Amino acid sequence: MKLTLVGVSHHSAPLELRERVALDPAGAAELAASLGSETIVLSTCNRTELYLVRADHAEEVAVRTLAELAGDRANELSSVLYRLRDEAAALHLFRVAAGLDSLVPGEGEILGQVRAAYEQGATGPFLDRLCRQALHAGRRVRIETGIAESPASVPAAGAALAQQVFERLDGKRVLLIGAGKMSELTARNLISRGASIAAVANRTLEHAQELAARLKTRPLALGAIGPELASVDVVVASTSAPGTVLQKADVAAALPARRGRQLLLVDLAVPRDLDPEINELEGCFLYDIDDLEAVVAETISGRRSEAARAEKLVAAEAERFREWQASLDVVPTIASLRALAEEIRDSELARAGSRLSERERRQVESVTSQILAKLLHLPTIRMKEAAAAADGVVYADVVRHLFGLEEERRSR
Amino acid sequence: MAELLVVPALLAYGEAAIAYAGELRGPGLAGRLATWGVRLGWVAQTALLVGQAASADGFPWRTWAGSLNLFVWLVVGAYLIWGCKPRYRLLGLAVMPVAALLLALAWAGGGTGLAEGGGSGRVLALHVGLMLAGFAGLTLAAGMASLYLWQERRLKRHERGVLRVRVPPLDALDRLAARTVLASLVMLALGIGVGASRFERGDFDAAMGVTFAILGVYASLLVLRYEGRRGRRAALLNLAGFALVAIVLPLTHFAQ
Repeated sequence: MKLTLVGVSHHSAPLELRERVALDPAGAAELAASLGSETIVLSTCNRTELYLVRADHAEEVAVRTLAELAGDRANELSSVLYRLRDEAAALHLFRVAAGLDSLVPGEGEILGQVRAAYEQGATGPFLDRLCRQALHAGRRVRIETGIAESPASVPAAGAALAQQVFERLDGKRVLLIGAGKMSELTARNLISRGASIAAVANRTLEHAQELAARLKTRPLALGAIGPELASVDVVVASTSAPGTVLQKADVAAALPARRGRQLLLVDLAVPRDLDPEINELEGCFLYDIDDLEAVVAETISGRRSEAARAEKLVAAEAERFREWQASLDVVPTIASLRALAEEIRDSELARAGSRLSERERRQVESVTSQILAKLLHLPTIRMKEAAAAADGVVYADVVRHLFGLEEERRSR
Repeated sequence: MAELLVVPALLAYGEAAIAYAGELRGPGLAGRLATWGVRLGWVAQTALLVGQAASADGFPWRTWAGSLNLFVWLVVGAYLIWGCKPRYRLLGLAVMPVAALLLALAWAGGGTGLAEGGGSGRVLALHVGLMLAGFAGLTLAAGMASLYLWQERRLKRHERGVLRVRVPPLDALDRLAARTVLASLVMLALGIGVGASRFERGDFDAAMGVTFAILGVYASLLVLRYEGRRGRRAALLNLAGFALVAIVLPLTHFAQ
């Protein structure tokens, strides 16, 4: 049985082509089921990949399937498809699960997508093992390296900064100034980490009401944000106002009521909404869009340096998988050898059965069973080791020849 | 033979101090090596202290060097409560170099040998133990305050790598430092209470005066914090109190 991977990804295929072959989770599950056992379909916004384990024709099946999905653009597909086999295909899946093949190295969403593809795929023993080990590799990379720790977008950087100031965001209150897309993205990032939105303030109250309804909070007029500053922990501003909407004096006035609690202010607007001098106030930390972009650039470069460490981990996991895969070659021989030994033991016990009492028979059974286990233990281990070192087939042949396993099978 | 345990303890603490510096470049193996260094060093030092206690006739840590040995053990033990959590690892950067240095000083001063002490009662042992535990807590609180000021400075200056190095959050550092100070003050108060049972007229000396000053500074820190003076000011006051602990107290106590 051979593992075959055929797919397209953001590395080679433009979006117009990727979207042709992209599938939703239900579609991917349906396709995997239609292609039969030992198939998984991994489809995300960046890639669509088919993993098949077949004795033959796997590549043709996969290419034909993707071409059917691409429809009238099938002829463009052949130049951007990649085809990998066995160890290379396994290593590719491990790298994908670890986020090393992603647009932003180490992005976390892909691990969940690989898990979904595994759960919805038509897996057999081979792909089951491959996927579980790929997920394990992905988790190891996230735990043992710093690749996934740093944010990769401005809203995520804002939320990560909040976590540098506050231990937990559970119960922390956020004031949104501005009802734009960036405000909402940052708010949702903070909410996903446990924060709650205290209010949405905007010059046009209707827009504030719309966003407040989506975020299940209350709208506020822009002029009414002063009193809110005493109780919130994070302020996110992204209005399209031509000048500053919050002055240093406004924040300073709220500080006595805050009783020393820190305040993080994130200004995503251009031109800036928040007076830069607010950063000078004790306990106030103001970040504008340039600061956040610098943080993101730095963390992405950090992700790249962590990626080198992650590659080593993934390679080690792929090697473990290769060893397991190689050991499969000798498994039938080991099973035949054990079956032969067991058969001989059973027949000899049957012949001696009439001469032994029940107690003696049990003792002989126990002793012979232990002898077989000990005798076959080392050859089993050695054959598996040899399989991992590519000598497995030779060893298996020798064992089959020495013990007459082929003749044994034929005579049955 | 037990006195030789200071060597592995010192090596492990030193390794931890260096590895914590490596953790500054990013989380990973260095941090884990540092944590294991602290653990193994602390176990070795615990065995050393047990050996000293078993071989001594009375309280074995009466000298300044012996006290320093016990003090380092208490500091590292208190650090281990939080230091094993990945988020708090960098606290070790403020604690372990000092711990390694002080243990080396205790060794050089003869505080790690087996022939220490003798003839002291349990009251003195309890008094010294509580006082040292209190000061160890204050040392740890000072480490947290230093880390607070460093991290606050990085956040204020918008350092690009602010998210790359895992430092405990400001909020947590502020709160944990205050809790540690509170626990330390309780131990100091208990230590003073135990010592007072043997106090006689004319015993009052400069060290006692400094100890009361330390109590006053840290108590005012807690009161001010309760009043809302948290964060930077609390951290600065914490360090001012620690200056009394680290500089003035040893000079007044051991110079007698």
